[in-house]
Amino acid sequence: MGYNKKMIILLSLSVASVLLFVFWDVGGEWDYVLPRRLEKVAAITMTGAAIATSTVIFQTITNNRILTPSLIGFDSLYVLLQTAIVFLFGGGTLVMMNSHFHFLLSVGLMVVFALLLFLFIFKKEGKNIYFLLLIGIILGTFFSSISEFLQVLIDPNEFLVVQDKMFASFNNANTELLLVGGVLLLAATLYLFRYVKYLDVISLGQEEAVNLGVNYDAVVKRLLGVIAVYVSVATALVGPITFLGLIVANVAHEVFRTYRHKYLIPGAIFVSIFSLLIGQWFVEHVFTFSTTISVIVNFIGGIYFIYLLVKENDVW
Amino acid sequence: MVDVTNVSKAYKEVKVVDDVSVHIKKGTITSFIGANGAGKSTLLSMVSRLIPKDEGSVLLDGEEITSYDNKELAKRLSVLKQSNNIKVRITVRELVSFGRFPYSQGKLKKEDEKLIDEAIEYMQLEDFEGRFLDELSGGQKQRAYIAMVIAQDTEYILLDEPLNNLDMKHSKQIMKALRRMVDDLGKTVVIVIHDINFASCYSDHIVALKDGKCVYEGHPEEMITNNVLREVYDMEFNVCNIDGNRICVFFT
Repeated sequence: MGYNKKMIILLSLSVASVLLFVFWDVGGEWDYVLPRRLEKVAAITMTGAAIATSTVIFQTITNNRILTPSLIGFDSLYVLLQTAIVFLFGGGTLVMMNSHFHFLLSVGLMVVFALLLFLFIFKKEGKNIYFLLLIGIILGTFFSSISEFLQVLIDPNEFLVVQDKMFASFNNANTELLLVGGVLLLAATLYLFRYVKYLDVISLGQEEAVNLGVNYDAVVKRLLGVIAVYVSVATALVGPITFLGLIVANVAHEVFRTYRHKYLIPGAIFVSIFSLLIGQWFVEHVFTFSTTISVIVNFIGGIYFIYLLVKENDVW
Repeated sequence: MVDVTNVSKAYKEVKVVDDVSVHIKKGTITSFIGANGAGKSTLLSMVSRLIPKDEGSVLLDGEEITSYDNKELAKRLSVLKQSNNIKVRITVRELVSFGRFPYSQGKLKKEDEKLIDEAIEYMQLEDFEGRFLDELSGGQKQRAYIAMVIAQDTEYILLDEPLNNLDMKHSKQIMKALRRMVDDLGKTVVIVIHDINFASCYSDHIVALKDGKCVYEGHPEEMITNNVLREVYDMEFNVCNIDGNRICVFFT
């Protein structure tokens, strides 16, 4: 099957999932139901696309298909931030906080953290992406440990507020935040377009890329910056959901079996949107909100991942 | 020409390349020889700006190599390292096409396709061009990489152990191809090579490294002698003249 045909199938699947999600069981209250559902579709499309793109790029840079940007510690930093707010100012503050302020605070902190991390590591000689990952993992664990420590100390009722933020959820997506997040994502995407052509070459490895005239360090730094914005916006919008990226990036690789990012990135985006919408549909109509999307994503994704490992040991 | 002047590289306190100066003339094959760990590959990597040097300068046609624009440099100098472990799923033809990236920036034109065809033909890879790299033998892979460098069509070509993984037939084929590129197309080739007999038969200039220092350099006639080789490799050689070529016998 040709690449384009596969792409059309994936596109159709995501469009079908949008239609299913928007029009299933509306029940007469169109004025009420439709805007809310469209809002969710917008949130899902944005986060799905951001997570998919950032993971595909991250895996290309690291030359490794079992890594995601969450390894650098974005998710745990986000959770730590929410925990710290509750710990210092009480659960009420987090719930009542101006959503714009909270959003920009979360995004800003994560981006600054990521950029500091990159800066710190790339300033040294022998600057190496694996060293970056190692530091990222250690910091991620460090953040999780502090979060856990704080969570043990706080009042159990307040802990519920934190817990609510620890799982991704599209149930409280907010139009105004979508607008701000959308603008940020758009800006990052426009910036990314200048470097997209280098992605294929970078997937060959550092030495090949340098040989072919790519200013490797500079390009990788900029790509990591774009990843930082993508992941931060997505996480601040819906909560920690980067595991999704691991699944969709690998599905895209499995489907297209190519190094070409002009197929991999859109492919991963469509898979991402499709699976998020279907997952959310299940949450709303089958489980009637008794579970969250991240539980479903992790469950299905985990099974798929084990399948991949068993089926093809030499994939990596 | 490439002027390497007083170049050094140290990892921690160990000097891997120590104050090496080499002059590489246009239109020649220059071979770096020496024992494992003598600093050949490191020197080649510094000359090709793959790794930064601690001291010294590398001038390519009079200009310091690190001050070149990346894209322009990639049109003038190409480098192929010995450890190629491309993990992506890619066919031979797609790999060779990457050689055109400095010119096309990813959008292949007609003339790019033509040069890709020629490079594939040069390395006799026509039968494999649609095959995926991970389905090929070591030698076929190596030839595909060299074809990529040929498609890059640069004046200077730096190869780190191009004969790695190759049998005698294909080793000879590649050395002949390199010789042809120098003689017919005026390219300048620098190779790191372990087989001193190939170095003896095909090079114009040989640079011998030992413990990070350049101990001898010169024409193969001066270099392939019992005394020089004994000092470079710390073992006994018996250099014979066979059919006009200087061949080293050291196997027993």
